[in-house]
Parts: sequence; C-alpha cells; structure tokens
Amino acid sequence: MEKRADKTIITVVGKDTVGIIAKVCTYLSENEINVLDISQTIVQDFFNMMMIADFKKATKSFDQVSKDLEQLGDEIGVNIKCQKEEIFNKMHRI
Amino acid sequence: MINRWEVNETNKMIEQENLDVRTITIGISLLDCIDSDLKKLNENIYNKITTVAKDLVSVGTTIENEFGIPIVNKRISVTPIALVGGAACKTSEDFATIADTLDAAAKAVGVNLIGGYSALVSKGMTKADELLIRSIPMALCRTERVCSSVNLASTKTGINMDGVRLMGEILLELAELSKDRDSVDCMKLVVFCNAPDDNPFMAGAFHGVTEADAIINVGVSGPGVVKTALEQVRGESFEVLCETIKKTAFKVTRVGQLVAQEASRLLGIPFGIIDLSLAPTPAIGDSVADCLCEIGLEFAGAPGTTAALALLNDQVKKGGVMASSYVGGLSGAFIPVSEDQGMINAVEAGAITLEKLEAMTCVCSVGLDMIAIPGDTKATTISGIIADEMALGMVNQKTTAARLIPVIGKGVGDTVEFGGLFGYAPIMPVNQYSCADFVNRKGRIPAPIHSFKN
Repeated sequence: MEKRADKTIITVVGKDTVGIIAKVCTYLSENEINVLDISQTIVQDFFNMMMIADFKKATKSFDQVSKDLEQLGDEIGVNIKCQKEEIFNKMHRI
Repeated sequence: MINRWEVNETNKMIEQENLDVRTITIGISLLDCIDSDLKKLNENIYNKITTVAKDLVSVGTTIENEFGIPIVNKRISVTPIALVGGAACKTSEDFATIADTLDAAAKAVGVNLIGGYSALVSKGMTKADELLIRSIPMALCRTERVCSSVNLASTKTGINMDGVRLMGEILLELAELSKDRDSVDCMKLVVFCNAPDDNPFMAGAFHGVTEADAIINVGVSGPGVVKTALEQVRGESFEVLCETIKKTAFKVTRVGQLVAQEASRLLGIPFGIIDLSLAPTPAIGDSVADCLCEIGLEFAGAPGTTAALALLNDQVKKGGVMASSYVGGLSGAFIPVSEDQGMINAVEAGAITLEKLEAMTCVCSVGLDMIAIPGDTKATTISGIIADEMALGMVNQKTTAARLIPVIGKGVGDTVEFGGLFGYAPIMPVNQYSCADFVNRKGRIPAPIHSFKN
C-alpha cells in the first residue's frame, strides 16, 4: 500500500439540489481527506461533479469512506462513487 | 490530469456497457504434490491449492471496490491431473477422487470453477491419460466446480484420432449421466487442438507444465463497449471502423492489465498474461454477435460473417497487444452460442448453422463453443465434428476447441437452459450423414507439412 499514490476520484452524479458540494466536502474534511481539484457542471438540472482527493492522511480506510459516501449520496439523492485514480490513468494515458 | 469526460467515459463503460474483468485465474502447479500414495496425493493437492489461493477471493473484492470495476469470476487452474495422478491412480475411480479433492479445495477458497482435470494426448495416450479420460463422466457428474479438458491434436503432432474417437463416446456417456439435468455437465468439458498453457478461461483452463509454480492470468471482456463504440461509426469506412475497434480494445485491455498487476502485487504471485478475448455474456448488449451486426450484418451467420469476424478479431488483438505487457491464452473473440444473446437470436432465426460456426472458428479464438446438439447424435458423428475442428486448428496453427452438449431426450426445436453466465441454447441440427468408417480407423492423422520448420 505504501508505494501507491493515494489519489482518488470521487464522482457525484444526480439531480441538482442545494448543498451537495458542501455536504461532500464537510465529510471529507472531517476525515482529513484533502480536495486537490473539483470540476463540476449542471446540464438540465443534472448535477455532475468530479473531485480529485488525496487520501494520504485519511482517518478512515478507503472501503469505509467509499461506503460512507455512498450512504451520504443516498441521503442527498445523488450517486457518489470513489475509485482509485489508476483505473482512469491506465485507460486514458499511454 | 484526468478530466471529467474521461472519468465519465470509463464509468459509462462499466455502468452501461457491461465492461468488466471476466476472470482472475491463478494457475497452480501440482507437480510437487505427486506421491504414489493416493491419500497422500489428495492431501497434498488440497493443501497446496488452499494455501496458494486462500486470498484470491478477498483480493478480488478489494480490487473491485478500489477501482469500481466488477471482476466476474475468480478461478483456479492446475497442472493436468493425468500427469499429477499417474503414479498413484490405478483405476478411473482413483482419478475421480482427485476431482473430489479439487472440488473441495475450490469450495474452501470460494472460487466458482477449477480447471485442469485434463489430459494432453495430442500424439498418444499413456495408461494414466486413458484412465483419466474414462473417469471424466463420473468425475464431472459428482463434482460441482471441476472443469475438464483434453488436448487431442496440435500442429506439431497431428491429430490423435484414437483420442478423438474416445472423446465422442465419453461426451455421450457424460450427457447420459446428467440427462435428468439436460446433460448440463457437458459444458464443463472441452477438447482442444493446440491448447495454450496459460488460458484463464473455463472450461479449458489448465496450468501447463511450462509455467512457474503459481501465476496470475487475467481474462478481460467488453463486447458491449465495442458495440457502443461501433454505433458511433455506422456507415464509415473500414479504416475508421478498424481504428475504432483498436482504440476501444486498448482501453478495455488496460483495465485488465491494471487488475492483473494489482492482483499480482496483493497476492505476491507473478503476473502471467492477459487474455485479450472478447468474451460475451447472455446480458443484453454484451454480445459478440451484436458487434458483428453493428459492423453491418443483419444477423450473425449472414454472408460476410467470417470476414467481419476476422476483422473484429484482428483489431481487438492489435489494440490489446499494446495495452498489456504480456498477452497469451486464447486471445480472440469468443463465439459461444448459449452465452451470447445475439448468437441465440441468429440460431432461432435460422441465420446460422453449425457449418457456418465452424467456418467462423478459422478466424477467431477457440471454436465450436456451448453448442447444444440433439441427444440422439451418434458418438462417431460427434467425433467427426471434433475431428473437423481439430483439423482447422492443426492446419491454421491456432487453438481450436469444441464444447458440444448432446442433450439426451431433446431434439431440434427444443431449448436447453444452462443457468447464469452460461445462458440457454436452442438445439442445433447436425448433418445426418455418417462418418463412422472414417472415425473408426485406428491411429493418428500426421502433422501437416508446414509444421516442419526446423
């Protein structure tokens, strides 16, 4: 685990509502997860966000954060997914 | 840095287009388990498998969670049992006890299939090979997860026709033993020409004697992703078509490479190969036949199908080769009938025949796969179909295989249900003319002239 870069891509997709970013970021900050980049758009009321987060100092395991965020997503009515960055780098970069 | 569109593209492939890693297969050598005492041999085998593969399923789940990519199967392949059991097994029943052990080990570590109940008889059969082959019906019937394969031919050795004749009889015997379940046990048995040592896909996976003690092989998938990409280039030139398939195959294979490397790192077992196969499932949209239709055919089986499949197969390889550090196994498009909804549709429409499927196997990986035939088909006819498939592999210097399911008590017009990933299949008609006098000749067909390259 030590060698791995611990950048994780968090995607949030769903119907737009007040406070989505706030709630996700609050959770991340409570767990010492640093946000490196956010890119977000709204198309026809549809919220689509991608976040690059650094899990280096995270106080919870990847699995736990992933489950918590999924549950948080269910509460807000959006779909939240955590994936290690490598899958995207591998697929889209030579 | 990765951008939103790239992330969305990957996730769309996973969520909507059935992108997955079809299998992580650990190949385990059982050569160091050999003992002349059968009880000791079985103990050694059980202990080795349950030690080497104990973390396979949990590591698979970790990788699934971290990358958000489904890994459909976790499996094990072992050294061909005819080699491992030769010293200890004096009867077919003795061999079947090893199948029981493999089954128990598979259940203990939680894998859904274990391959390697196999014999390599492309030139001749040892006593042990024959005992193992004769034990296949009872072994597969009384176990749940064991898969069996027999290599009957190769470009270098020719075709062992004694083996081909025997396998026709064995297949019918197996069908008869499981006739109360639509002869489904036949889907756990496959015969090969030029069987690869590092194939991760069942039923034909075994861990060849040329391999290391343990190795990770990964099979990728992605017909749904290829089909969706092809939808964007309807009516375009062959150049555009081919480039699109290559790019898609590259992306799909990279995911396999990542999963293989992670599995290798977490399990502490070296990475072997990626198998670049387009492997369909019965899920709607996850079909190789649908890719062929998207290339421009009304149904798989229409004139032009072999050419379209040749193109598809070649472009998948060209795109995939660069995406992985080592490729191997079967590597090509699979064209099973029951596991591919588009193929089932083609059979039901009368668009495809056994003979056309045979022609298609000349240009893609493997062969006549998951094809249900009438239960009253003669053993010699089955051997004849197998011999044809072996000849294609032998002359074209490629792997070919046959996984036929003679469904006892059913005929053309009936359907047989295999369940889950194995799907269902309409029973296909078989040519009624006899080849008995050909099959009943003793001995072997010599290797073709172009195999003498020294």
